Amino acid sequence: MSGIPHDHYEPKSAPEKWIESRLPIIGLLYNTLMIPTPKNLNWMWIWGIVLTFCLVLQIATGIVLVMHYNPSVGGAFASVEHIMRNVNAGWALRYTHANGASLFFFAVYFHIFRGLYYGSYKAPREITWIIGMVIYILMMATVFMGYVLPWGQMSFWGATVITGLFGAIPLIGESIQTWLLGGPAVDNPTLTRFFSLHYLLPFVIAALVVVHIWAFHTTGNNNPTGVEVRRTSRKEAEADTLPFWPYFVIKDLFALVFILTIFSAVVGFMPNFLGHPDNYIEANPLVTPAHIVPEWYLLPFYAMLRAITFDVLFINSKLFGVIVMFGSLIVLFLVPWLDTSRVRSGRFRPMFKVWFWLLVVDFVVLMWCGAMPPEQPFVIISQLGALYWFSFFLVILPLLGVLEKPKAPPATIEDDFRAHYGDPGEAAAQGSAQPAE
Amino acid sequence: MTARTLLSGLFAIGLGLVGLGTAPAVAAEGERHVHDFSFSFEGPFGRYDQSQLQRGLQVYTEICSACHGLKFVAFRTLENEGGPALSEEAMRAYAAQHEVFDVALDDTRVATPTDFFPPSNVPNAPDLSLMAKARAGFHGPAGLGLNQILFGMGGPEYIASVVTGFTGEEKEEAGTTLYENTAFGGYMAMAPVLYGDDVTYADGTVATPEQIAQDVAAFLMWTAEPKMMERKRSGLTAVLFLTVLTVLLYFTNKTIWAPHKGKKHG
Repeated sequence: MSGIPHDHYEPKSAPEKWIESRLPIIGLLYNTLMIPTPKNLNWMWIWGIVLTFCLVLQIATGIVLVMHYNPSVGGAFASVEHIMRNVNAGWALRYTHANGASLFFFAVYFHIFRGLYYGSYKAPREITWIIGMVIYILMMATVFMGYVLPWGQMSFWGATVITGLFGAIPLIGESIQTWLLGGPAVDNPTLTRFFSLHYLLPFVIAALVVVHIWAFHTTGNNNPTGVEVRRTSRKEAEADTLPFWPYFVIKDLFALVFILTIFSAVVGFMPNFLGHPDNYIEANPLVTPAHIVPEWYLLPFYAMLRAITFDVLFINSKLFGVIVMFGSLIVLFLVPWLDTSRVRSGRFRPMFKVWFWLLVVDFVVLMWCGAMPPEQPFVIISQLGALYWFSFFLVILPLLGVLEKPKAPPATIEDDFRAHYGDPGEAAAQGSAQPAE
Repeated sequence: MTARTLLSGLFAIGLGLVGLGTAPAVAAEGERHVHDFSFSFEGPFGRYDQSQLQRGLQVYTEICSACHGLKFVAFRTLENEGGPALSEEAMRAYAAQHEVFDVALDDTRVATPTDFFPPSNVPNAPDLSLMAKARAGFHGPAGLGLNQILFGMGGPEYIASVVTGFTGEEKEEAGTTLYENTAFGGYMAMAPVLYGDDVTYADGTVATPEQIAQDVAAFLMWTAEPKMMERKRSGLTAVLFLTVLTVLLYFTNKTIWAPHKGKKHG
């Protein structure tokens, strides 16, 4: 795979040959695990493993939670309390699942912004990027439906607000909304279908993760320089890369375990910190919470939705807000073609860097605004934030390719690695003089 | 810009995110004053004070239960470790003080340990099982919720502040009397509950209003989070174990990579 010259699996023993001639699964695993990986990958390349772990964690805890959960408006809230009080380690399962969703999004935002900074979406990795974006959208759908399941106040009212967005679509909107909800309002049919889909979508995500990995194993990993691995000879390829196992597996595991240490502290010591207190009140269609807010990871998009307080031509503010919110995600899909720069990595793009970091700040500010009540000054800040979000993708990114004078990237990954870590020859000499630590 | 800058930048966002998650806790209508009472169960090593939970149970039984319920709490759990830890006889005797409606009998009967506390008696008195988690007393600064890292969510502090927060002012609204409360941040339907000489503790603790308020708040924290001590113990074990594993993997990683790196950055 990846067109990078490297050694391939050759079955040696008789049983291996027997299996390999019938199902080449050992070879597939071997080639996947031994894939040549650019050796200059930095710590921003660990999030893929964290995300894979999160998906497995959510599916594993989720499957056990389902064994004790009751998907009905009369029983859902009580069944969650049953899990918290009576199921062995039920509190651990539920708190891990709830905070696991936060870790999942925490990691995915690092992963996405890393991709943006280092130009990982650029040719030939457009499909990897787009699959990743589809996964991200499905994650948002999954987490939204999962949040409805405990049937707390914020579950109910969040579902009411978000499904109400579809009602803004002209002519067919109300029919779509009724179809989604299974009735005129959020009720038992809504809960049961959300439950069903919340169980289904993670497996769709898992399948797409396989495709995501397949895609970038075909093109090879990007790396902080954005310079491609040399494929002209085996020797050059080996100077640029190291096999995934053990070098990157151990590195990623180290990062993952470090992150899990912090995650355990959150689950163990402050499991409700990221949650909303109102969700410990059972859903009540007659009492609207003072402020309806989604979980933190959806806030930037919620802020852009609410930023639109004005009509645009014949489009009313509600519909335009919905268009802006979905548009803010659609532009992400177009990034591979909106970025016109011939240099891939932001490391060598002086102007891009500034705008990129402004986008990161914009994202955080929008998140803050999404959590605040829809009043001034948050409305105007959200409007400016949304304006910058779209400007970055639709105006700045295309223009930068023309206006910016990028710096010269290093000729090879090997050069970059040596510039950073020195000559491996010296290390070898040093290594023989000193025992390993 | 180096990867390190990128990392630290994104880490800063991470911190921001952590804070923003709780920003919705700002639900104040008017000024709210939640006093930061000090509880024994705060912090990673905090534990419930068994005597305090027993006193809180007494306060709940003698005062709160007149209107409020605890429908998610089973009598049997009063015996649990990490809770009030009543003796089995005391727990059984406590359950037997209650009557519950039995669907199979279509009649009321004396409660057994597997039954639950009765629900609220008064329609607009909320059930208190989860109240300590359904309220956040702290949420600053600027709606970021970062101070919850230091002070906790502020649920029990909120409860204790409400119990002691009545100003004595009343007003009539649509035929209902409302009572001003500084923690609620306005007028609430609940009437003042403490008038002095409210309970007499068997363990000799002086029953000042502040003492009563904190005792019942601690008890309600337990009803909301009965597995807290187990959770913190497991959390600590996990953190210690994973810290050791992190250190081991750090050196493994360093050793594996060493032959491929020069001495410049080790």
